[in-house]
Amino acid sequence: MLWMAAALALTLSSAGVIGTAIPPTQVVKVQKKEKLIEAEKPPFTEGIFPCSQCHNLKVNGKVNPTRRELQFHDEIQSDFHHDSENRWCLDCHDANNRDVLHLTSGAAVPFTESYKLCGQCHGDKYRDWKRGVHGKRVGQWNGEKTYFLCVNCHNPHSPRFKSLKPLPPPIRPSDMNRGKR
Amino acid sequence: MSACENSGGCGSEVVDPGRRDVLKFLAVGATMATGAACDLEGFFRKSFRELSPADVRRMTTGWERKYTRKYGKTVTVSEVGPMDGVKFGYGLDLSRCIGCRRCVYACVEENNQSRKEPQIQWIRVLEMDKAHGVDLNHSDIYYDAATVPQPGKFYMPIQCQQCDDPPCVKTCPVGATWKEKDGIVVIDYDWCIGCRCCMSACPYGARHFNWAEPSLPAQEMNPKTHVLGNRPRPKGVVEKCTFCIQRTREGLYPACVEVCPVGARKFGNLLDPESEIRQAMDTKRVFILKEDLATHPSFFYFYAT
Ligand code: SF4
Ligand code: SF4
Repeated sequence: MLWMAAALALTLSSAGVIGTAIPPTQVVKVQKKEKLIEAEKPPFTEGIFPCSQCHNLKVNGKVNPTRRELQFHDEIQSDFHHDSENRWCLDCHDANNRDVLHLTSGAAVPFTESYKLCGQCHGDKYRDWKRGVHGKRVGQWNGEKTYFLCVNCHNPHSPRFKSLKPLPPPIRPSDMNRGKR
Repeated sequence: MSACENSGGCGSEVVDPGRRDVLKFLAVGATMATGAACDLEGFFRKSFRELSPADVRRMTTGWERKYTRKYGKTVTVSEVGPMDGVKFGYGLDLSRCIGCRRCVYACVEENNQSRKEPQIQWIRVLEMDKAHGVDLNHSDIYYDAATVPQPGKFYMPIQCQQCDDPPCVKTCPVGATWKEKDGIVVIDYDWCIGCRCCMSACPYGARHFNWAEPSLPAQEMNPKTHVLGNRPRPKGVVEKCTFCIQRTREGLYPACVEVCPVGARKFGNLLDPESEIRQAMDTKRVFILKEDLATHPSFFYFYAT
């Protein structure tokens, strides 16, 4: 009983001074860190890059620039849903150097900077992505971070997000054993 | 004193498990009456905010030792404080979230929440009808479709909004919960008496109660902890999202931001106009939840498209 009274008094007296107390955790001074930003690697199928392993002008001769059904890259052709009515491989992939992409101007763009190519049509997303509003970054909110390229999340040949299986719903309180296990 | 209960062998078995922990001191009294050596200092310590940094360190070192023994791995308990010139803000893009609940479980794992009985999840994802807009009365947190998003539905995750005028803090009768300089509302688990006033005061349902000893399998325990965050909780206390205090005070993004597969979650310093959260707020349509209650959340919902 004595203990109880002591504890109660302690609790109450301490409660009284809370408002004026100063947190003991000290404030940390941060120097503005150098913003080191790097990108995820483009998600190539293993062994597929460089493309010139197969697409070799010296071996294969001239490029056929006519839009047509190819005899290879089946899995890409069968799941090509990116304005497929109007576009085909060489609208983005460079005809003369298959190891790079190209803009509508014809300028070459490496795969590591494919966002420039995407940004030609999706200007609003490109703008938001550069601000960090669209897309995802991981690492440090105040420093070094890795950002995802458009193609790390969107399949460039079929960019719409596929639906996912959700993780399990919470247990309803009525189904939870609250007191004992 | 909960420290005392956690260590086991302190005679805490004397307490009827059905009793409220508000009676904890009785247990300690009983313990001491039986003469068992126990963490008296933990029981008689001052409120967290009255402790000197040295006292806090001494306390956290004690917990580190105890948790390390209990979970069989090296556990650290950080007490690092807020950064100067930083006020945390969180953004959630409602036009992106697909309701996959990846964030829910990443949070559970990062923050050592009780897995079942009681099952505690700091993030709740609400499924709502696009036709009705944000309408909490017609929302479902138990949706269990084979795939998400479902046609005609949208999803709204809710967690602690880290209010600038937090009703939970105002209501706590013992001052066990308060708002830190960087905006995080924290709880001192050793000071909380488990009255749950804060839970009824919170308009966002963000606070959760450990009805029983939390179930946290040792192999799943995240050993990187913070004293006001994800360190293991005793039975009978309240807990909630802390913006991953153990991560964000080290400069890292919260776990839910990193796991979200659609990039719906944004986090950063509200005082830095270049931060992702400020960029979202400055350029998108933003709203806060239950604005009419004047809680002034640090959590902003927005539509990027
Ligand atoms: S992980 Fe992202 S998409 Fe999935 S429910 Fe959470 S916020 Fe929504
Ligand atoms: S349950 Fe909530 S209101 Fe009650 S003591 Fe704990 S933090 Fe304070």
